[in-house]
Amino acid sequence: MMRHLISAADLTRDDAVLILDTAEEMARVADRPIKKLPALRGRTVVNLFFEDSTRTRISFEAAEKRLSADVINFAAKGSSVSKGESLKDTAQTLEAMGVDAVVIRHGASGAPYRLATSGWIDASVINAGDGTHQHPTQALLDAFTMRRRLVGRDAGLGQDLAGKNVTIVGDILHSRVARSNVDLLHTLGAEVTLVAPPTLVPVGVEHWPCEVSYDLDRVLPKSDAVMMLRVQRERMNAAFFPTEREYSRRYGLDGDRMAKMPEHAVVMHPGPMVRGMEITAEVADSDRCTVVEQVANGVSIRMAVLYLLLGGNEPAVTHSRTEEK
Amino acid sequence: MSKILIRGAKVLGGEAQDVLVDGETIAEVGSGLGAEGATVVEADGRILLPGLVDLHTHLREPGREDSETVLTGTRAAASGGFTSVFAMANTFPVADTAGVVEQVWRLGKESGYCDVQPIGAVTVGLEGKKLAELGAMHESAAGVTVFSDDGKCVDDAVIMRRALEYVKAFGGVVAQHAQEPRLTEGAQMNEGVVSAELGLGGWPAVAEESIIARDVLLAEHVGSRVHICHLSTAGSVEIVRWAKSRGIDVTAEVTPHHLLLTDELVRTYNPVYKVNPPLRTERDVMALREALADGTIDIVATDHAPHPHEDKDCEWGAAAMGMVGLETALSVVQHTMVDTGLLTWAGVAERMSHTPARIGRATGHGRPVSAGEPANLTLVDPAYRGAVDPAGFASRSRNTPYEGRELPGRVTHTWLRGRATLVDGKLQ
Repeated sequence: MMRHLISAADLTRDDAVLILDTAEEMARVADRPIKKLPALRGRTVVNLFFEDSTRTRISFEAAEKRLSADVINFAAKGSSVSKGESLKDTAQTLEAMGVDAVVIRHGASGAPYRLATSGWIDASVINAGDGTHQHPTQALLDAFTMRRRLVGRDAGLGQDLAGKNVTIVGDILHSRVARSNVDLLHTLGAEVTLVAPPTLVPVGVEHWPCEVSYDLDRVLPKSDAVMMLRVQRERMNAAFFPTEREYSRRYGLDGDRMAKMPEHAVVMHPGPMVRGMEITAEVADSDRCTVVEQVANGVSIRMAVLYLLLGGNEPAVTHSRTEEK
Repeated sequence: MSKILIRGAKVLGGEAQDVLVDGETIAEVGSGLGAEGATVVEADGRILLPGLVDLHTHLREPGREDSETVLTGTRAAASGGFTSVFAMANTFPVADTAGVVEQVWRLGKESGYCDVQPIGAVTVGLEGKKLAELGAMHESAAGVTVFSDDGKCVDDAVIMRRALEYVKAFGGVVAQHAQEPRLTEGAQMNEGVVSAELGLGGWPAVAEESIIARDVLLAEHVGSRVHICHLSTAGSVEIVRWAKSRGIDVTAEVTPHHLLLTDELVRTYNPVYKVNPPLRTERDVMALREALADGTIDIVATDHAPHPHEDKDCEWGAAAMGMVGLETALSVVQHTMVDTGLLTWAGVAERMSHTPARIGRATGHGRPVSAGEPANLTLVDPAYRGAVDPAGFASRSRNTPYEGRELPGRVTHTWLRGRATLVDGKLQ
């Protein structure tokens, strides 16, 4: 296993499957009365968040605490960073306090990579989202959710997503979730189709290992999973699309469109959803929508990543497998 | 003043000859010249070029003396074989008045390492709104003939048209930083395959090409000459080629780094590769080399852009744009143009001395290496091979993209009007 997790593209199929399998083990901890493992006792993890992201931060924090790590939360707002301290100095200050891993969320693409490769610090670096670049734990939790739903909780162990058709819809251009998912899903053998207005697809996308379509209705019938991305209303002002309503009509997922999907297909969303924009309430609240599951799975995935990265040499969980309901 | 005999130098890469310098001028060029009373420099087959002229240097003084001063910048210039540099106007305060350009000009005189010709801003404060007092800067002691808002584009078509027209009165030229501002909002690197993957804001080639297309047409319409700074794309080459074929009075420059480096390097997220215009693709690099060889691109200019360490020792998005270049320019040109057979040393002299001096009206520079001419000379050892070590730079800044990279050639001597500024690679 590697020392840092910077990009989903760095993971091999076997790495990724190991993380997913480990996450299944971790998920069983959540079913216990005492949701805690001693794996990272005595290790310190800092959540270094330069961008506000309560959900991701809380998810990592829950994962760290369930593994018994000591947790430091560092938010840039109101800290030395807002007084002009550099990323390098902030990271070195934290490391001097004895941090074993840095979970970093940063608005600048590549900031976690710089942190891991510039010789500034020795700690493991976990990318919790950088600019419009990568969000690897999101891609892992999405893959985990798909494997559970489309292959099966126990049947999925050791398996990848070969042959599954995944459609990702929305603001691909500005999305680190899309980039991470394209990389990881391709590694896991899935076929990915991106759907967006041409303005929200990056120049150069033709080199990505996926298809691109501008027509959602054509893609839906062959999708095993449809992942809706948040579209910020402000994009409208930069002429990426004419109006919110037009976007919704052409690229939003409503009940009628969902009916075109195969019976077994799921609807996913990394959250936060903009109801009425990319997804209607009817779809968001339906049984086929995995939003809440994704959040729960996020904790398991982050536990697995922390456990594997911070050198958990012993098996994470020693008890026998619980029975699937 | 003393005499210097440069013995056995390949003048412009030709046959080995002796060059006798007496005082500030070249006294004689021939073979078997007498050495009486002269300091002898054994050139041993090294290449003798006219002193290099850089039409695009950022000396940072006044205002950012933490990154470079006129003194440290001209020392870097002498070290790289330059005898004349044109100092860009984006200082603090901006060089948009006679007072500021005269200050820079005077600091250059005092430094003594190379001639400093200030460039005046086209518009007040580089803001693109109101013409600066171009005539006053021209008539000042600094005698400004090149005007540029470099760092920013003169994007208003009317302001650009007026500037092109106005400087005709005194033979000036506007050097355009071609960057359409709306198309490059938030731009961080070349827009293409790599930017899509890295999630860095794209800087499309069309943002450069559309401005160049507009400006050559404007220059044609008003009968002015226009100079294009740091051309970086294959498309820009095509437009300039077309403009020249139409008889439009356009000249263009390319930087050494755009002749060698590509946006693939940005994958390291190391801001040492962050520069404006951005590093482009292999295809662009090859088109630029070809254009420099066939004369579509007239000159090499360094765009030497010093930045303090902290402005590069950070995440990509927060880093400053620019690279130092004076001390590595000739090596990169040898590597990309001479060693590849695209250009002779005479061609190098044309593109790094004669033509830039002519575009900028730098009197006494870019002259032939022959009797009676000013003794502005550069001696190059093309056989030298070595890794670039920024610790040895004369520049105050170290932001080179070539650290540790092996490059050919080394400037061993530079003479400014007969006075040695660099001897055996050591500043005097």
